[in-house]
Amino acid sequence: MKRLLPVAFIALLLCLPWWVGGVYYVNIASQILIAALFALSLNLLVGYAGLTSLGHAGYLGLSAYISAWLMVNLGWGHLASAGAALAGSTLVAALFGLIALRATGISFLMITLALGQILWGLAYRWTTVTGGDNGISGLTRPSPFGLDLGNATTFYFFSLLVFLLVWGAITVWVRSPFGASIRGTKDQARRMSTLGYNVWLIRWITYVVTGFLGAVAGLMYVYYHQFISPHSLSLANSAEMLLMVIAGGAGTLSGPVVGAALVVLLKNVASAYIDRWVMLLGFVFIFIVMFVPGGIVAGVARWFVRKPVTQADTSPSVRPAKEHP
Amino acid sequence: MSAILEISNLCKSFGGLQVTRSVNITVEQGERHLLIGPNGAGKTTLFNLIAGDLLANSGSITLMGKNVTQMPTAVRAQLGLARTFQIVTLFGRDNLLHNVKLALLGKSPMRWRQWGALENEKAMSERALAMLDSVGLADKALLPLEQTSYGEKRRLEIAMALAQNPQVLLLDEPLAGLSAQERETVTALLGKIDQSITILMIEHDMAIALAFADRITLLHYGEVITAGTRAEVVKDPRTQEIYLGH
Repeated sequence: MKRLLPVAFIALLLCLPWWVGGVYYVNIASQILIAALFALSLNLLVGYAGLTSLGHAGYLGLSAYISAWLMVNLGWGHLASAGAALAGSTLVAALFGLIALRATGISFLMITLALGQILWGLAYRWTTVTGGDNGISGLTRPSPFGLDLGNATTFYFFSLLVFLLVWGAITVWVRSPFGASIRGTKDQARRMSTLGYNVWLIRWITYVVTGFLGAVAGLMYVYYHQFISPHSLSLANSAEMLLMVIAGGAGTLSGPVVGAALVVLLKNVASAYIDRWVMLLGFVFIFIVMFVPGGIVAGVARWFVRKPVTQADTSPSVRPAKEHP
Repeated sequence: MSAILEISNLCKSFGGLQVTRSVNITVEQGERHLLIGPNGAGKTTLFNLIAGDLLANSGSITLMGKNVTQMPTAVRAQLGLARTFQIVTLFGRDNLLHNVKLALLGKSPMRWRQWGALENEKAMSERALAMLDSVGLADKALLPLEQTSYGEKRRLEIAMALAQNPQVLLLDEPLAGLSAQERETVTALLGKIDQSITILMIEHDMAIALAFADRITLLHYGEVITAGTRAEVVKDPRTQEIYLGH
């Protein structure tokens, strides 16, 4: 069952263009995959390292701006500009990590918020480079191996490929010894240093990887929209991404994907019927926080398993512990 | 024998409060050294200074010939220092086996490896299970931590500290909060620890602690009042006055 679920999910995604009905929905599916990419990267920080960031959209924007600017103004090719965007964003994440990781908890949140606002301010005010409020437009989508990504279905499959690669990589990463260390620093940072772990370095590496993956999402984002503006790296966007992670289930591998689907669907589908869809999003979020605080994925798992998640991996051969006196 | 841990003129204050006042302690290799003193004497603060959770204002700490006074906690752990906490500090979401594995991983270069699932590391799982077995918890290896008793958590902490193959072990009140029966189990466990491992222990259960210790240091208001062999310190009138009562 546990192994079958991802396989069924991937099969469903592979034949999605044939059952979803129309280009409009294929495009929404691409948007979900791109949002999921972003939520997955943020989840590493929020769910696994226990560091809640409110500036993560900065990396999405940074990588989108760098690649857009190089392509439009310097006429660089897709591959070169994508490489430069990923390298540049990761470098900025490495520097920002040095600043943000001087703190944890709410102070970390505030520093990441400030750093994110710096990037937003640059995009908004540095008009000679970024075009200010108008953003940068006139981009083309890449055509890897001669595939025309201008086509909605082809682009969907390209997004799916990138999504599956990143998802797979993250799955391997969080289960690795280093992934166990990351979780350890979230639960008991002090104990981890006592055990010989360099907690700061573990957090910094996680922060940089998160920035890199955010930049990957940013590239996909700018390819999809063929346009980038300061709005994409606004605080509202960072908060929306955080909401995806928390609603779906922070610290799980599938939670951010579910959260991304929920938010993008609400945004696109519900907004066709209701003007105040943001309010609806708010209600949904409040409902989740109140009734399924662990997120949708944990809530659904509880519904099916009908026992606490912590007991799930207890083998039956082990005697139950005696009650605490 | 040479000093494995040497604390000299160590001072620490929080604001105007001097918690550690020019403390000098020398611990030889393999020694069982007991730290006693009334509440607020600065025993746990001293442990935190030795472990690196707190940095001293002045003075020095030498661990196995290396001046570690300004070194971060993790570096001291890599040198061979392990500790248990007064209030058990464990990974509550995981099972006992994973707790010990994290202790083993902490001293292994494998902790930086970013691929290959940790749960597939058979050799490490077996070593962790052997460590749990040595403290009598092998049959509970896969139980989530929340389903274990306080005494079992204490034993798990000791197993984790020993899993790190330490040179110097700091035990902060290993018997606190335990039932009479659990005290016996843990005491037996402490007695079995390899004689080459140096132990510095804080403990209030005098019946057990005195039997265990080679040397004793008495702290009071952050100062070393008296130090020496078990007999010397117990006989000292100041020990009677400050700590043991008349």
